[in-house]
Amino acid sequence: MRKKLLLIALALALASAGVWLGMGANRGWTKTSVPKKTVDEVTGIESVNYERRFQPGLELLGAAMLAAGLLASASFLCGKPKPNQHHQ
Amino acid sequence: MKNTIINLFALTSLASAAAAAPQDFDFKDPKGVNNAVFTLDAPLEAISGSANGVSGTVRFDPADPAATKGKITVAASSLHVPNPVMKEHLHGPQWLDTSRHPEITFEAKSLANVKTSGENTTADVTGTLTLKGVAREITVPVRFTYLKDKLGVRVPNQQGDLLVIRANFSIKRSDYGINPKAPTDKVADTIELSLSIAGAAPR
Repeated sequence: MRKKLLLIALALALASAGVWLGMGANRGWTKTSVPKKTVDEVTGIESVNYERRFQPGLELLGAAMLAAGLLASASFLCGKPKPNQHHQ
Repeated sequence: MKNTIINLFALTSLASAAAAAPQDFDFKDPKGVNNAVFTLDAPLEAISGSANGVSGTVRFDPADPAATKGKITVAASSLHVPNPVMKEHLHGPQWLDTSRHPEITFEAKSLANVKTSGENTTADVTGTLTLKGVAREITVPVRFTYLKDKLGVRVPNQQGDLLVIRANFSIKRSDYGINPKAPTDKVADTIELSLSIAGAAPR
């Protein structure tokens, strides 16, 4: 049980870190749209439009790491695995 | 001979008057380029967003820019920030209360320190900014760029002129009753604003 919980905690930590890094390593708040700037060639105005894109932020990464930490802590509450006893 | 000179003078005056006539520029942009960008400092990340629901009319005379008058309106519902929870708060009653105050307006009353160089005119524009139902007189530095006969380049089959207005200035959210309880170390009191808009005067 302990081992399982530790493995799940590790998988969660690695997966969340991987997703966060792979989706832009956003060091701000989670975003569901990102700004896209274009320059109007006649007026020179830089316009800002938003493109729908999910970008996890530090608060999501932090929540996932916290969950992984809690799972890992919970694994220690399960105690050491008992050795197998052979019944005769 | 004397009559010819008088006629020529009259014709020249008429031509100059026609060329120098003030024009009404419409800032409702079908291309959706017009925008206002806002930024507030915050600990994790600066809160930055934009609004593109710009409309309004400005009367501008390139020969007499000091006489410029007009009103620009930004639809409060068009304000956008990339975080959906933050956007909901922004539009909510504690912040902009967009359902009760759907428009943010600036009405220009007078210009000072007017300087023109080529197609660009800079001036300090004094007017009334109305935000969340609070109206305050402010003075902002503005740059006008008059683009004669450029409307046709932007919008096919239309003749006319363009007027580009750019302004960068700051206001305090506490002056407009925008969530005064929010501590300034969590969200800055100062809002940096940047306006980039183009109006058209078709002929």
